[in-house]
Amino acid sequence: MHAHAQRLIAARLGLALLTLLLVSAVVFGITGLLPGDAAQQALGQAATPEAVTALRHQFGLDQPALQRYVQWLFHVVTGNFGTSLSNNLPVSELIATRLPNSLVLAGLTTLVSVPVALLIGISSAMFRGSLLDRVLNVLTLSTVAVPEFLIATIAVLVFAVKLRWLPALSYLSEVSSFGGLLRIYAMPVKTLCCVIVAQMARMTRAAVLDQLNSSYVEMAILKGASPMRVVLRHVLPNTIGPIANAVALSLSYLFGGVVIVESIFNYPGLASLMVDAVTNRDMPLVQGCVMVFCAAYLALVLIADLAQIVSNPRLRQR
Amino acid sequence: MIRHANPHLPHAGTEHYDIAGDANAMSDQVVAETPIVAATKQGLLKRLVRRFSVLGLLGLAIVVFWMVIAFIGPWIAPYKSGALSSMDVFGGSSHAFPLGTDYLGRDMLSRILYGTRYTVGLAFMAAVLASVIGTFFGLVAAVSGRWVDEILSRLFDALISIPSKVLALVVIAAFGSSIPMLTGVAALAYIPGAFRISRSLAVNLMTLEYVQVARARGERLFYIARKEVLPNMIHPMLADFGLRFVFIVLLLSGLSFLGLGVQPPNADWGSLVRENIGGLSDGALAVLMPAIAIATLTIGVNLFIDNLRRRGGHGQGDAQ
Repeated sequence: MHAHAQRLIAARLGLALLTLLLVSAVVFGITGLLPGDAAQQALGQAATPEAVTALRHQFGLDQPALQRYVQWLFHVVTGNFGTSLSNNLPVSELIATRLPNSLVLAGLTTLVSVPVALLIGISSAMFRGSLLDRVLNVLTLSTVAVPEFLIATIAVLVFAVKLRWLPALSYLSEVSSFGGLLRIYAMPVKTLCCVIVAQMARMTRAAVLDQLNSSYVEMAILKGASPMRVVLRHVLPNTIGPIANAVALSLSYLFGGVVIVESIFNYPGLASLMVDAVTNRDMPLVQGCVMVFCAAYLALVLIADLAQIVSNPRLRQR
Repeated sequence: MIRHANPHLPHAGTEHYDIAGDANAMSDQVVAETPIVAATKQGLLKRLVRRFSVLGLLGLAIVVFWMVIAFIGPWIAPYKSGALSSMDVFGGSSHAFPLGTDYLGRDMLSRILYGTRYTVGLAFMAAVLASVIGTFFGLVAAVSGRWVDEILSRLFDALISIPSKVLALVVIAAFGSSIPMLTGVAALAYIPGAFRISRSLAVNLMTLEYVQVARARGERLFYIARKEVLPNMIHPMLADFGLRFVFIVLLLSGLSFLGLGVQPPNADWGSLVRENIGGLSDGALAVLMPAIAIATLTIGVNLFIDNLRRRGGHGQGDAQ
C-alpha cells in the first residue's frame, strides 16, 4: 500500500466521521430540540407551571441547546444512550439484545443475495438484448418497484397459508434444531433477498455493460478471446469497484427493508424495536436506534469506497 | 479534497449512475433528431408509438389511469368512503362488490378509489417538493461553487446517510403523523437525492463552452443558472422525478402499513393492506387488492421511465 492510497483512505475515514457527526446533529435537532418540552409531555396538560419548571430543570431542558447537544454527544460516544422512557431499561442494553438478531438476518440475506445478484447481473449483461436479458430486466424492474410488504404478504400466503411449509411468524426462542432455524429464517430472508437481489443485479448489469462498451474489450474480442474469457479475465477485474459499490448500496437498502420485514414477521430485531419506540414516542430509544442504523450505513459506504480504492491498481502504485 | 462531478456516497435506489451520464447523450440525441421530426410532421399518436415500446406504452397507460382515478375516484365510487355496506366480512368478488369487502364489510373498490387520492396525491406533492427544492439547491451549489458547494454537499451527505425510512420514523416520532407532516417528511427524505443528481448535472453543464461564454460576457450567476444551465437539466430531472415519485409511494405506503402513515378514518393503499391483514390467512381480496394497486402504479411508472431513458439515447442499456 502506498502513500497516495493511504492518504485517500485517511481522507475517506475522516469524511465518514464528519458525516456521522453531522448526522448526530440532525438527529438531535429533530428529536431533542424541536418538540421542545419533554417535561410538559411527561406531566400532561393539567400540570402546574411550577412542576413543569422543576422537571425541566431535572431533565436539564433549561440549558442552552448547544450545551445539551454536546452533553448528549459525549454520552453517545461513551455508549450511554440514556434510559428508555417506556420500560426504564438502559437504551444501550435494549439495543445490545436486539442488534445480534438483526445482524444475523442481514448476514444471511447477504450470503444468499450477493451470489444470486452477481450471477443475474453478469449474465444479463453478457447476453445483452437477448430474450433472457429482457425478461430479467422486466422482472428486476418490477421487483424493485414493488413494496416489501407485498412480497412478504405473498410469501406468507403461499408458504405459510397454502403450502404450510413455514411458520408465518419468527419466534426465535422456540428454535431447537438447525432445520428449525432454517424454517424461522426462510421467510424474512427470502423477502429481503427479493428486494435487494433485483436492485443489486440491475446495478451490476449497468457496471458490466459500462466496461463491455469500452475499447479494451473490443480489442480483446478482435484478438479472438472467447466471450467467457472477455468477461471473466478482462471485464470483471475492472468492475470490482463499481460492483462493490452496488453491493454496499443495496445492502444499505436492507436498513429500510428490515423495518417492514421485521414488523411483519414479528422478528425480534433492531428495526422492530425502533418501530415500537416510534409508536410509543420513546425518544432516547429512537435516538439510539437511529444512530446505530446510520453508523452501520456509513460503515457500509466506507467499505465500498475502500474496496474501490484498493481494487484500483493505479491508486495503489502511484 | 477535490469534489468530483460523480458523487462518491450514493444513495440506495436513486439510480443516478446512469442518469448523470445521460445529460450529454440526451442533448446529442435531441440535436440529431429535431430536424427529422420537424420535417416529417408525424401525427402525435404515431410519434408516441415510435418513441415507446409496448411495455413503455403500458406503463404510460397505467400512470394516466391512476392519475385520472386520483381526480375522479370519489365520484365514481359506488359506495361512500366509510359506508358499512355488507354484512359479509372479507367477502369475495361479487356483482355488488367487484373487489370484495373489507374487515368491517365495506366495499373494497370504493375504499381503493378513495385511497388513490392519498397514495397518488401525497406522493406527487412530496415528489414535486423534493425535486424542486433539490434542484434549486443543486443549481445554487453548482453555480456558486467553492464554499457554498462544500457546505451544501456536506449537509446533504449527512441527510442522505440516514436511510429514508429511518429518517421518516424519527420525524414521525417527534412530530406525530399528519398529512402535511407526511408530505414534508417524504420530501425531506428525497431532497438529498434530487440535490445530488441536479448538482452533478449542473457541474457538468458548467464546464461547457456556452456557459463559459456567458461567464466571459459577464452575465450574473442567477442569469447563468436560469437561462443556460436549468433548461438543459430539465429532461434528466423529469426522469429522476418519476423514480423519486415511485420511492415516495413505497415509503409512504410502507409507513401506512406500519400504522404510522395516513391515520384512520382516512386510508391510503398502505393502510388498506394493514387494516385487512387479518384476512391474509383466508387469502382475502381485501388485503391483496390494495397491494396490487400499489404494485401496478409503481411498476407502471418504472416501465415508463425505463423506456424514456432507453429511447433517449441512453448509453448503457441501449440494447432494445
